This record gives sequence, C-alpha cells and structure tokens, in this order.
Amino acid sequence: MIEFEHVGKRFGERVVIEDLSLRIDDGEFFVLVGPSGSGKSTLLRTVNRLAHVDSGIVRVDGRDVSSVEREALRRGIGYAIQSVGLFPHRTVAENIATVPRLLAWSDADVRARVAELIDLLRLDEPGIADRYPHTLSGGQQQRVGVARALAARPRIVLMDEPFGALDPVTRESLQTRLKAIQRDTGTTILFVTHDMDEAFRLGDRVAVMLDGGLAQVGRPLDLLHRPVDDRVRDFVGGTHARLRELAVRTVGGSMRVGDRADGEPVDAADSLQDALASMLAQRRDRLPVRERGAIVGAIVLGDLVAREP
Amino acid sequence: MRGVDASLRGLGRAPFAGRLAPTLRIVVPLTVLVVLLLVLPHSGDWFHAWLPELSHPLYTRTSFAALTLTHVWLVAAATAASVILGLGLGILATRPSGRSLLPTVRAVAVIGQTFPPVAVLAIAVPLLGFGSAPILLALVLYGVLPVLGQSVAGLEQVPASTLHAADGMGYGRWRRLWEVELPLAAGPIMAGVRLSAIVSVGTATIGSAVGATTLGSPIIEGLIGNNPAYVVQGALLVGALALSVDGLLGAVERRFQRVR
Ligand SMILES: Nc1ncnc2c1ncn2[C@@H]1O[C@H](COP(=O)(O)OP(=O)(O)OP(=O)(O)O)[C@@H](O)[C@H]1O
Ligand SMILES: [Mg+2]
Repeated sequence: MIEFEHVGKRFGERVVIEDLSLRIDDGEFFVLVGPSGSGKSTLLRTVNRLAHVDSGIVRVDGRDVSSVEREALRRGIGYAIQSVGLFPHRTVAENIATVPRLLAWSDADVRARVAELIDLLRLDEPGIADRYPHTLSGGQQQRVGVARALAARPRIVLMDEPFGALDPVTRESLQTRLKAIQRDTGTTILFVTHDMDEAFRLGDRVAVMLDGGLAQVGRPLDLLHRPVDDRVRDFVGGTHARLRELAVRTVGGSMRVGDRADGEPVDAADSLQDALASMLAQRRDRLPVRERGAIVGAIVLGDLVAREP
Repeated sequence: MRGVDASLRGLGRAPFAGRLAPTLRIVVPLTVLVVLLLVLPHSGDWFHAWLPELSHPLYTRTSFAALTLTHVWLVAAATAASVILGLGLGILATRPSGRSLLPTVRAVAVIGQTFPPVAVLAIAVPLLGFGSAPILLALVLYGVLPVLGQSVAGLEQVPASTLHAADGMGYGRWRRLWEVELPLAAGPIMAGVRLSAIVSVGTATIGSAVGATTLGSPIIEGLIGNNPAYVVQGALLVGALALSVDGLLGAVERRFQRVR
C-alpha cells in the first residue's frame, strides 16, 4: 500500500507537486499518465526517496518513508526506468541479481531466482545470462531492467516508462507479460507512462496528472466516460475515446450469447478492438465468439457502434 | 582533462611501441633492460673503442643494478603516493558534497602541469635538504596531476542513468563507489597511473642534481664532466625502463578497459 498525504514538492521556485493525496491499494496496478513535465517521475521518486518531499507524508505499508533507513527502503521496492541504467560492467545475470546480492541472498537462491526471471521475461536466447548489456537489443535491455526490478520479489514496484523506447509489437508483448506477472504475484505496481493505450491496457486504476496535481483518478472506463473537465477529456483521447474504450472492454461482455455467425471466430477474452480489427480484416459485420474451444455466441458491429456508455 | 587525454593518446602511439603486439610491448623492453644490466658493466672496452679520449669510459661509482633499483623504488613510491592522493582527491571532487571543489581541482591540475619540476626542486631543496626527499616531493606533485585528472574524467563519464539505477536499487554511497563507479572508471584511472609512472621515470633522473641516487646520476655526471659515455649509459637504461613500465601498466590498463 502506498499513500500520499498532502504531498508537496518544489525545485527552487518551481512547484512540481502541489498538495497531492492518493492511496494505492495492495495488489493494484496503478498507472500515472500526464503530459511531459507534469511531475509524474518526481511523484514516483518520492516513494523510494530519490526525491524528498517538501511537505506532506508518503507512506509505504503504513510507514512514513522518511522514517525508514534509505537503503533498506529502496532494496524493498522494485525500480525500473526508461533509460534502464543497466550496469555495463556486469552480465545480464549479475545485473538481475543486483538487489538479491545487496540483500545478501545465498548463491543458490540468487541463481535460482535469476533463472526464474530469465524464463519469466522470455529472455530465452541461449547464453544470454552471461552476455553484457551492450550486446543486447533495446527490447532485451528493457526486459533485463524489468527483471532486475522484480528480482528480490518486492511487494511494491515503481516503473517509470519502462517500455519507453520500444516498437509497438515488443511493447505489447512486454505489457502482457508484466500484467500477467503482476496478477500472479499480487505485486503493487505504480507505473508511469505517456501512452494512453498502455495506461488503459495495464491499469486497474489510472490517474491523470496535470501541473503537479491529480486531475482525475479512476478506472479506465470512468476516465473515458466521465472526464471531469476538457483537459482530461482531451488528454484521454477526445474523439478517439470510444476507440480506446474498445481496447478496454472484452468481447465476452458485449457478445450476443447463443447467436450464430459465419467467419473466423474471435476469443471471448479478446478486446473489442481486436474483434473490430478481425471484422475489418474479414469484411464481416458479425463474427462467432469462442470460449474454451466452443462457439458460445456472436459479436455484432452495430452493438459496438450503438453501445451507450 | 583534454590535455591529459591528448598526451596519453600520443604516448599510446609512441613511434615503435604502438605498433608492437601487446605482449611484445612488455617482453621486448624488459628483455632489453635485463640485457643492458648484464652487458653494460662489461662494456668498458666498447666505449673505450668508441670514445678513446675518455680516461674513464664506464660509470662505476655505483653499479647499474643498484642505480636501477633505487630509481625504480623512487618511481614506485612516488606513483603509489600519487595514486592515493590523486584518486582520493578525484573521488572527493566528484561526490555531491565535494562538487564545489571540482573547478578548483581542474584549474590546479592544469596549471600544475605548466610548472617545471626543476622549479619544484629549487623550492624543495632549501626546505628538505639534499637527497631523495626533494625529488620524491617533485615526483609526487607532478604524478598526482594525471591521476587526478583521469580519475575525475573517469568518474564523470559513468552514465547518469547507471548511477540513478544504482541509487534506486539501494546501493549505499560507498558501496556504489566501490562496486559501480570505480570499476567503470578503472580504464581512464589506469591510463592516468601509467602516464604518472612514465613521467616519473623520466623526471626522477634530475633528482641526481640534488643528491638523489638514480639513473640520472651517470647522465648528470657525464654532462658536468664532459663524458658522453656516461650520458649514453644512463639514457639507455632510463629509456628501457620507461618502455618496460609503459608496457606493464598498459597491459593492466587494457585489462580494466575490457571490463566494459
Ligand atoms: N532534479 C531536478 N531539479 C530541478 N528541476 C527538476 C528536477 N527534476 C525534475 N524537475 C522539474 O520538475 C518538473 C517535473 O518533472 P518530472 O520529471 O517529474 O516530469 P514528468 O511528468 O515525469 O515528465 P516526463 O513525462 O517528460 O518524464 C519538470 O519541470 C522538471 O524540469
Ligand atoms: Mg518522467
């Protein structure tokens, strides 16, 4: 659990965070979005004390972070950043092992955990564990960065645009991995991004940060359907909002149960955006829906268009 | 520290040493040095044949082996002190609390190198007397500069994102220095150490002008007493020693550079 209570932060004259309060629950995937310079990274860093607050309190699991020994606090919180910051003089395995080593895990535990993470993040190119970061592709480096953040099984992980510089395909596969890992482990993740699609795909809740304050906090659909003002509306997508919504909803929730249709079926767990793409590709306005191998209903284009919030 | 970098690059490409394979750069000068030490004491006849007008064609006041040993000892002591001082100051100047020192440190390092070592001797002798002390002081003052410059340059070029990540992982300040910064700066630092040692090998010779026993003794005595044979004998040994040190420390430096 992460709590911000009336947090304020300034750099010199410039107020970067102003009277911000927020509570992130255990096991929640919480995403911060907002334009450049709105203070997202700074807010994230107040949690592991890479930035200290000028006023207010940040609590992790109920404890004021300023009362916890700094190194101990940081070793207990995972941290991944866009620039990755892998240690160039250490192999992939050594990089991943950083925090477990700082925590003085036994060699056997460290080795087992590294192997597990290499597997978990699909870093399965033969021999990759013993390679140095400069021999990896950008995508592989980001994976190692995420693996390093997760290595000591922290209950809280801070991620600052960890998939920043990746192509859409790699990015999406990493998002899917991360979301699955987070669900399986019940980790609390505070995630910063510029990318609205990423925010909606990953976040249980999303906060829009504007000028050092939270303009709106809510589930993705709340933000799409009931933006509190025009700035949030513009930021979450303007006229593209309905298209984004399709990415958040699943086929299962909008299908006509028991109906029939021709064509290549879509999966009930797929997003409506995937279903729409399939309809366009097949030039059909209805498609069969499959769930656990059986056809259970149909999805209809008219329903997607007409659907009221 | 551009100046240091440039002069280092110059040294790395020294006319013939630069083209030799790495192991040859150690083996050849060391072999030459050993052969010289074995042959020179018995080379009186050759020097007599070359310069028949000299009554004493071979320097015998102190054995060449003893001269080389004291010379090496002086250089080693000066280099060790330079590393401790230079690296220490370099680390200090790159800490958040010491950052205000950085411009001063840079300025001193640059100005210091324009200050001739002979002038240091001239100031040191009245204070420390004759012998090894004044030349040791001059060597340390001089040797500190490249180590300091390269330490600062090496520590400054560690990527900011790496340091940020290290902090975020929970490294303490000193542990970060030891496990992240120093390994990443080791290449440039070793380049500074090498330069410092080589400069010392050459500079130590003038110590003989103020009473230290070094390979400069035959050179200086030869210059004063108009005996070119002495000068040649001293110069040959100094040259072979400088190249040996360069080869050995160059190998260490390359090892560290491969760390990345
Ligand atoms: N160490 C610092 N010193 C001075 N100003 C800073 C510092 N760090 C951040 N700022 C300023 O604080 C403001 C917020 O920065 P922050 O990095 O939190 O924004 P952000 O929302 O993460 O932006 P981006 O999306 O571009 O990463 C910016 O105006 C930035 O210039
Ligand atoms: Mg940022």
